Amino acid sequence: MKVWTLHLALLAVLFTAQFWLSPYHATNLARIMVLAVFAMGYNLAFGYTGLLSLGHALLLAAGMYAAGLPAQLWGWTAGPALIAGLAGGGLMAAALGLLALRTAGVSFMIVTLMFAQAGFLTLLYFAPITGGDDGFAVAAASRTLLGFDLSTDTPRFLAALTIFAAGLLASLVLVRSSFGRTMVAMRENEERSRMLGYNPFTVKLAALTISGLYAGAAGAAYAILFGYVGASFATIQYSILPMLYVLMGGAGTTLGPFLGALLMFVLIEAATGVTTAHQFIVGAALVVLILFAPKGLLGTLRERWVRWLP
Amino acid sequence: MALEVQGLTAGYGPVTVLRGVDFRAEPGQISCLMGRNGVGKSTFLKVLMGLLPVASGTFALDGTPLHGLPAHDIPKQGIAYVPQGRRLFGPLTVAENLAVGGLVRGNDSATLDHVLTLFPRLRERLTQTSGTLSGGEQQMLAIARALCLRPKVLLLDEPTEGLQPSMIALIQDAIRSLRSEGVAVVLVEQRVDAVLNLADRVAFMVAGRIEETMPVKGLAPETDVFRTYVGV
Repeated sequence: MKVWTLHLALLAVLFTAQFWLSPYHATNLARIMVLAVFAMGYNLAFGYTGLLSLGHALLLAAGMYAAGLPAQLWGWTAGPALIAGLAGGGLMAAALGLLALRTAGVSFMIVTLMFAQAGFLTLLYFAPITGGDDGFAVAAASRTLLGFDLSTDTPRFLAALTIFAAGLLASLVLVRSSFGRTMVAMRENEERSRMLGYNPFTVKLAALTISGLYAGAAGAAYAILFGYVGASFATIQYSILPMLYVLMGGAGTTLGPFLGALLMFVLIEAATGVTTAHQFIVGAALVVLILFAPKGLLGTLRERWVRWLP
Repeated sequence: MALEVQGLTAGYGPVTVLRGVDFRAEPGQISCLMGRNGVGKSTFLKVLMGLLPVASGTFALDGTPLHGLPAHDIPKQGIAYVPQGRRLFGPLTVAENLAVGGLVRGNDSATLDHVLTLFPRLRERLTQTSGTLSGGEQQMLAIARALCLRPKVLLLDEPTEGLQPSMIALIQDAIRSLRSEGVAVVLVEQRVDAVLNLADRVAFMVAGRIEETMPVKGLAPETDVFRTYVGV
């Protein structure tokens, strides 16, 4: 009960944020919520199942282009485009998993990185269609859902909140389910899990595919809500960002990805206003975090004080 | 007949550890495997669980051949394994560990109730994170989790190693209960007193082979076979 109350309270606070934040900050919060969905997916793979991937940018881009290209080429509206993005991320993750999950540990990390780089180069190669580095803007006509114009502040914020809420509550249900415990078992001891009758490949493939659905949803939401699709989202930076969000907020916690995305966004925003070397400040903050809260903020909070935190 | 092993040869890559092992474990009996360190006792259990490939030989449960099956299919056939060192899922609670243990064969409340009756102490710790249990409680949980698979054969690798006497007694009581329920228990053990307390039959392993198998009844700690094969 406490767990559900906490999550619903967060969603309620986020809902009210549109009334007390400036439009600029509300738009940033919408962006953070979309990126947090991406990080939630990463957390399911890394934080819960132990799959350290450096290829999640490929999954984000798969969702983004699967939503953006049909909108651009055939004038799809937001609804079908979002579903296509979701499917794009999931299918790409399943394909990636079928190949990359034949490896483990550092090899898995390198193989996923390799595939993500191949995806990025493919987007550049097919620049006449994908827009390459410049990307393309999603037409306003494609950014409507049930008559709401998602390019305007309030519908965009509410759409981002809806996707975030769905992702958060689904991840909460998932990690508390039998499959969620199986994911943790796989992370903790793969051989022991096998001796209990679990096929590690199947479990990890399912976890990675679910993670891809989240990444796809986030990519599609980004394309539709913020109207831009570009190959820059397929660069390694977007494989590292969700990892940082998750590490900062707390790997293996349901709220950690959001907290990490929020803090990282705020930190970068604040540091950018102080110095051009803002990455240095971000790096210093991460070093401090690793020194004093190696399990991330919520991971440490759970370990020391709030044991019921999921 | 429960588990029947014939001419099992296996090892780690080019290194052969087991050299033609013949072994039987009957329902309702505790069959013990003894031998000095490094003779292949733990390797034998790992091969039975499909964790190491079989070079030659066979093993079957109730006549169904199991050699060659992938490791994750062996537990579904009715063999459960509690390795040395317990290897619990530390962040999960006792209840969650038990749930994960029985999932592949379908959790049911009767099985859960049964294992908690065998280990009443776990019933008091259901919501406790398993990593915070005492050593003895962790071993109880490791066995209980394996029992959630409702096995016909239970493989135990030195289950009382490093535990205090009161815990050893509780675990040995539980193993005896399993025997009386018809489970075939295969016990790898180094301690002579534990073997004499628990086992019905003992097989002595030397350099990857079973040298001698005999009933435990009538053996005493000072019997020559223990000095010969275990060095005590």
